[in-house]
Amino acid sequence: MNYQPVIGLEVHCQLKTKSKLFCACSTEFGLPANSNICPVCTGQPGVLPVLNKKAVEYAIRTAIALNCKTAQQSIFARKNYFYPDLPKNYQISQYEMPLAEDGYLEILNAENAEISRIPRKKRIGIQRVHLEEDAGKLLHAVGSQELDYSLVDFNRTGIPLLEIVSAPEINSPEEAYFYLQTLKMNLQYLDVSDCDMEKGSLRCDGNVSVVAEPSNLELERKVAGSGKKLGVKTEIKNMNSFKALKEALSYEINRQIEVLESGGKIVQETRLWDADRGITQSMRSKEYAHDYRYFPEPDLVPLILSIDHDLREENFVAEIKKNLPELPAQRKERFIKEYQLSEYDAGVVTAEKKLADYYEDTVKKLQVTGFKLQIVAKTIANWITTELLGKLNAEKKAIIDSPIKPEDLAGLIKLIQEGTISGKIAKTVFEEMYNTGKKAEKIVQEKGLVQLTDEKEIAKIIEGVLRENETIVREYKAGKERALGALVGAVMKKTQGRANPQLVNKILEEKLRSC
Amino acid sequence: MKITKKDVEYVAKLARLALTEEEKEKFCSQLNQILLYMEKLNELETKDVPPTSHVLALKNVWREDEVKPFTHTKEILKNAPEKEGNYFKVKKVIE
Repeated sequence: MNYQPVIGLEVHCQLKTKSKLFCACSTEFGLPANSNICPVCTGQPGVLPVLNKKAVEYAIRTAIALNCKTAQQSIFARKNYFYPDLPKNYQISQYEMPLAEDGYLEILNAENAEISRIPRKKRIGIQRVHLEEDAGKLLHAVGSQELDYSLVDFNRTGIPLLEIVSAPEINSPEEAYFYLQTLKMNLQYLDVSDCDMEKGSLRCDGNVSVVAEPSNLELERKVAGSGKKLGVKTEIKNMNSFKALKEALSYEINRQIEVLESGGKIVQETRLWDADRGITQSMRSKEYAHDYRYFPEPDLVPLILSIDHDLREENFVAEIKKNLPELPAQRKERFIKEYQLSEYDAGVVTAEKKLADYYEDTVKKLQVTGFKLQIVAKTIANWITTELLGKLNAEKKAIIDSPIKPEDLAGLIKLIQEGTISGKIAKTVFEEMYNTGKKAEKIVQEKGLVQLTDEKEIAKIIEGVLRENETIVREYKAGKERALGALVGAVMKKTQGRANPQLVNKILEEKLRSC
Repeated sequence: MKITKKDVEYVAKLARLALTEEEKEKFCSQLNQILLYMEKLNELETKDVPPTSHVLALKNVWREDEVKPFTHTKEILKNAPEKEGNYFKVKKVIE
């Protein structure tokens, strides 16, 4: 039987506020244990939480970008459970009346994109977006030394988290991967989170089930609109990287299919991904924990976000909406229109906000020097996607660490466009620029790489080449036109690639005709 | 709805409370009395009354995103029954 996987993802991202969600402690990462704590975030008696306005702003900004409806009224709730990383024994979260609900994220499923280069668009529903506080960090080992107790660091306790819950509309591990990639890209463009999975500022849990796919006959009998029945789901935790996400989901889907195929039943449970062993395992300790006894947080008053109640508050949301930054999909469309990039190039260049900024910076720098946009826009995209990203990716460097700055790349492309250097020489110059950080013009001057455009000089070199390669010349005359390439190559070799290729071709053909 | 001893034991377990048999009996009857009192409210028509989450007529109370470090973190650590260095020390909890 065929099975279709049904996946919903629950993503937590740390919002990049300076202070925590309900107190004025710093959110800085990597400080000594328990140095960013106070009576509020450690749950001392008699303290009161006060909401961070910026966190609400970031949350609403994200909700709007995810096409969600923001709530008229939103309240916080206490989620009660005992665990040592939670000093209050409850987490302030949202349950009823979250900040926003019912949106969607459009993803490009780039599977087989290599072949078709036309990715498939799909909308994944967003069920809810809500704010909550992060828990502390537990330490079970110091270095490689396993402890027989646990240590608690509350620095992370109270850092604002945005929980984004997708509908169960993801149907493969690859789709889950693209969903998370696209979400991360949007969060970075929105400038609300660092989204660093290694630092834990982006985390992802998944709900997974499989449904037997009806045979064609059954499908025909089914009338449109009959609801699809979902299988029993398991919750997968500890997927701490994009790779882990794909692997854990694949493993879990196969595990469930095997259980069903052998006549077994799926048990609803929480399972932990073990990346070292490549398996998911049941977390028995969580069995009891699912009764969280939510109730409205009495220490925090409601958020009113709608015009029906107060004009001022509506302005708060409207202001955020008005100032929404350009999102990746919009920027990609604009790049296609404005710079006439291909769908593929525009996708690569806008995949990261900083990369897209780098691209536009370079374009602007070249425009200043008087080049037509349409002529240079594509050339710049080519240099960035092939040469620059090739280098950076090989060294696992981010675009901001590029030793070649936009103005330098613009300088190099200017030299090519002006005909000062040939495209081939430009690659050598680029290499040198990348390794030394020197400007293109300086390298060209120092190494004498200026393109040879003096026709007389080229003609002289060609005459020499023709004399030295009489056999090839004879072959060419006998009709073997490809022999021309060998002659061009010989000329280039003599000039260390400096000769203008168009001139070489032109003069070479003239000479061959006349000799 | 009636609260049974089983419910009391369940809630006590969630709240990590160890109750004696007498306490279980006592809380069972007390909780039932509270529920009975709440049932009185069911006699009222509340169709058009929005649910109350808070009794104060306040909304959108928030602060600007500013860091004000708390300087007595060591005092908080002092409250810990056990500590090690800058860490709170607890019984081993690991999945």
